[in-house]
Amino acid sequence: MELILAIGIGVFVGSGVWLLLRPRTYQVIVGLSLIAYGVNLFIFSMGRLQSNAAPVLASATIDPADYTDPIPQALVLTAIVIGFATTALFLVLLLVSRGLTGSDHVDGREPN
Amino acid sequence: MMDGTSLIWMIVLPFVGSAIAAVLPSNARNAEAWLAGFVTLAVLVMASASYPAVAAGGAIRNTIEWVPSLGLNLSLRMDGFAWLFAMMISGIGFLVVLYARYYMSPDDPVPRFFSFFLAFMGAMLGIVLSGNLILLVVFWELTSVFSFLLIGYWHHNANARDGARMALTITGIGGLGLLAGVLLLGHIAGSYDLDRVLASGELIRSHDLYLPALLLILLGTLTKSAQFPFHFWLPNAMAAPTPVSAYLHSATMVKAGVFLMARLWPVLAGSTEWFWILGFCGMMSLALGAYFAIFQQDIKGLLAYSTISHLGLITLLLSLGSPLGAVAAIFHMVNHATFKASLFMAAGIIDHETGTRDIRRLSGLFKFMPITATLAMVASAAMAGVPLLNGFLSKEMFFAEAIETHAISVLDTAAPYVAVLASAFAVTYSIRFIHGVFFGPAPTDLPRVPHEPPFLMRFPIMLLVLACILVGTIPGITIGPFLHTAVSSVLGAETPQYSLSVWHGFNVPLLMSTVALVAGVILYLCLKNYLANCEEGPPIFRRLKGQRIFERAMVTVSWRWARFVEFRLGPRRLQPQLRLLVFVAFAAASWPLYSLGFEPGRFTFLGADPAFAGVWVLGMLCAIGAAYQAKFHRLAALILLSGAGLVTCITFVWLSAPDLAVTQLLVEIVTTVLILLGLRWLPKRVEDADALAAASRGARLRRVRDLALAVAVGFGMTAIAYAVMTRTPPATIADYFLEKAYSEGGGRNVVNVILVDFRGFDTFGEITVLAIVALTVFALLRRFRPASDSVDSPEQQRNQTAFDEAQPDREAGDTASDWLMIPAVIMQWLFPVIIVFAAYLFLRGHDLPGGGFAAGIAMAAAFILQYMAAGTRWVEDRLKVLPVRWIGAGLLMAAITGAGSWLFGYPFLTSHSRYVDLPLIGEVPLASALFFDLGVFSLVVGATVLMLIALAHQSIRRHRVRTASAAVEEKA
Repeated sequence: MELILAIGIGVFVGSGVWLLLRPRTYQVIVGLSLIAYGVNLFIFSMGRLQSNAAPVLASATIDPADYTDPIPQALVLTAIVIGFATTALFLVLLLVSRGLTGSDHVDGREPN
Repeated sequence: MMDGTSLIWMIVLPFVGSAIAAVLPSNARNAEAWLAGFVTLAVLVMASASYPAVAAGGAIRNTIEWVPSLGLNLSLRMDGFAWLFAMMISGIGFLVVLYARYYMSPDDPVPRFFSFFLAFMGAMLGIVLSGNLILLVVFWELTSVFSFLLIGYWHHNANARDGARMALTITGIGGLGLLAGVLLLGHIAGSYDLDRVLASGELIRSHDLYLPALLLILLGTLTKSAQFPFHFWLPNAMAAPTPVSAYLHSATMVKAGVFLMARLWPVLAGSTEWFWILGFCGMMSLALGAYFAIFQQDIKGLLAYSTISHLGLITLLLSLGSPLGAVAAIFHMVNHATFKASLFMAAGIIDHETGTRDIRRLSGLFKFMPITATLAMVASAAMAGVPLLNGFLSKEMFFAEAIETHAISVLDTAAPYVAVLASAFAVTYSIRFIHGVFFGPAPTDLPRVPHEPPFLMRFPIMLLVLACILVGTIPGITIGPFLHTAVSSVLGAETPQYSLSVWHGFNVPLLMSTVALVAGVILYLCLKNYLANCEEGPPIFRRLKGQRIFERAMVTVSWRWARFVEFRLGPRRLQPQLRLLVFVAFAAASWPLYSLGFEPGRFTFLGADPAFAGVWVLGMLCAIGAAYQAKFHRLAALILLSGAGLVTCITFVWLSAPDLAVTQLLVEIVTTVLILLGLRWLPKRVEDADALAAASRGARLRRVRDLALAVAVGFGMTAIAYAVMTRTPPATIADYFLEKAYSEGGGRNVVNVILVDFRGFDTFGEITVLAIVALTVFALLRRFRPASDSVDSPEQQRNQTAFDEAQPDREAGDTASDWLMIPAVIMQWLFPVIIVFAAYLFLRGHDLPGGGFAAGIAMAAAFILQYMAAGTRWVEDRLKVLPVRWIGAGLLMAAITGAGSWLFGYPFLTSHSRYVDLPLIGEVPLASALFFDLGVFSLVVGATVLMLIALAHQSIRRHRVRTASAAVEEKA
């Protein structure tokens, strides 16, 4: 399990970094989204992997060992929402930049 | 009024007056003058009333604690020396206000002038009355700022702007130095309190940090007092209105430097460093200032250089480290303020009544303005040090000190000669001023016919000149007691015996005075013809201008160096910057792993679920596919990206994170819709195999480099993630949250309880960010202009419209709606279903997966589906969404819920919980956190809908613009 997820995170982030370094704004926004997935999973995995142990309390007596770590989940939930906000902002920025400069290059002009 | 409160009023009143003056109408010259006059007079009265308490030997103190733990207090303190300055500031301030009433033209915006003027006065009083060094520096900086504003008062004039900028730069740098120096001083003494600092002189002088502290403080004082080598800003500050020059640049602000040196004299003086630095700077200023003054053609320029010279004299006196020198210095501060302020006012009258300040053009004015001329002559005589006037007395004291030996050195040996030489120069420029302006043939080509000014404009000069004469003839009665109070408050037990009498018998200082007087007259007679026609500035030095050097330095620093740094470190291209960023991040993560040893553990697939592996193979293919397709096939890349998102979502489900899965899924939907809406505005990009093959070697090299970097980062992430996941977790605060979630947070869903309760404040910040982003998106899109090649409808839409228009029984847009007929019906019917689903997600959130975020996004999806099903216009004709209100209401509700706990005496966002029976629904956990979550919900709905609608509106807006322009064309 761990190794699969670790490789998956690596592939997500690697693909994201590749796109991040590309010249077109659309490539960058896709890259950032991929990096966001990878990083969210990475933070999430800091709580260690456990199946069938959702942090939803079943009884009044609580044994922490029965539940997975809720803190990384709370952090990632926040990160997902903020990630959505930044994606939206970046999308609009790239559209406005494209409208103003007529180019979808990240520098706002085509390379010579 | 004898207590400390009057001290506060003396500082506050001018600032209050300043605020009032600022809002008076711009032509209220009289009202402004009355106001300013009242304020200055009130301060003067308060200062006078405090004299008995001050003279009794004590200082008046008033301390308001601010940050006592850091030694920062608003502490005010008035002793004899501060009193003397407070009297000078308010007294001369009053006279300058009176003068300015007549000087300022009705066309000038006087509120600005009087407002800055009063604020400056408040700041200056703050400097002299501060009992805390940090407070003193704050007021010090304020005087620099208001001096800048006052010099630049006529900001349409380039000289005024340049002069103001230069003064601010020089004194501002000095102020920064002073702050650092004062911090060091406070560090050495263990307190910023002036009393404590003054009591620890021995400790400070023997401390290792004495020299840096001294250098920094002197940087502040020497720049402020326009001393060599920082003197050049003062002549350029003469572009200020003359009342400003009379007040700031002769009587008060430039005195702040020497004031502080005298204030700290008991602490800092007496060392070799003090003697050499101040002695050298003072002597240079004294001699060069006087020499340069002779060759000025502008009256105010002459007076400015004379001010530099006189302040140099004071600095030199302070440098000697002898108590008698300090007495003479304090005495000269007062004398100089009196005669120099009156001379500036006289210069202003001449300028005002004749229209020029050029000595070459002026002459014979005595016939036109005999009273002003007489007053100016007396004041100049005081400046030149003629007996029976105040300037003579302090100059004699200076001579007496100059011939004493204080420390055997070149400076000390040279002192008497330089003193006589500078005095001779002073005589020369004083005669030049009087003779050049008031005597000789009648002026020929003046802009105006000169005449006497109004009486009240002359009145301040009369008072000041009277003071010069009274102090000069009967010093023991007039200034004696006050000077003694001031001197003893600075020197304390060291106060020497000194005599203020006019006649000390035939002695060496008298001889020096005589020599200087005679030599000065002779020098003037020799130079007279040359001066009448020469250029501005002294010979030889004319070319060497401090101003030029300053400007060159400014250009070098702020233009050449800045450009160089920008060119080197700030490439205009994003890709190299990002590449560097990624590389540095990679290196920063690798370095500690490499240097401290890294053991990721044994790699093993043991125990892995094949289904999970299958899902992830798909996920990885999606990610790589998205990376590969993003350039030429945007839609495909978007679909693949969503695939990767789904795999993430499944992983969350698999690994016990239902909340994350729900939120991720919903966010995924909204993000995809958002990007789909945006795709339409991006330029078409067609894959061209030839162009790809023809890519330059550089481009291919870059691609290989980026690929290597991406692969390295990917491997790094894998290794770190694996290493962490396979280690036993340390004890974390997770247990605490798990145990307390139900008992204290009243919820079973721990993630939700953390978000809305334990870490509610973080969530509050987060939703605020979301609201800001939504508003930013909205604002950016309001002025959106598509690129010219995206303006036309897409090809597909054009074809459909053409087809519809060709058929007689169809309307434009029918094809699209036919195509979507069934999905549209489903989407419209889903509207209530999704709303119920959102309510369900919301209500169960505290106990089961769900919550405000997820519910909010689901609700937003309900609205978006309507837009997609029936089109923007149809929806907006029937449904008013008003997303901005949703945002506002949400933020407000979250904040009010948080603040509600204050009512019960708990900190912000403390939550209270209980179960409530709702009819039909059953038992519902009703924590106050639920209301907070409702705020989150409302805000998320508003923000998401606002962003989506703003983007969706672009297509119809463009349409509207086109129909409008078509209508215009038809009319034409």
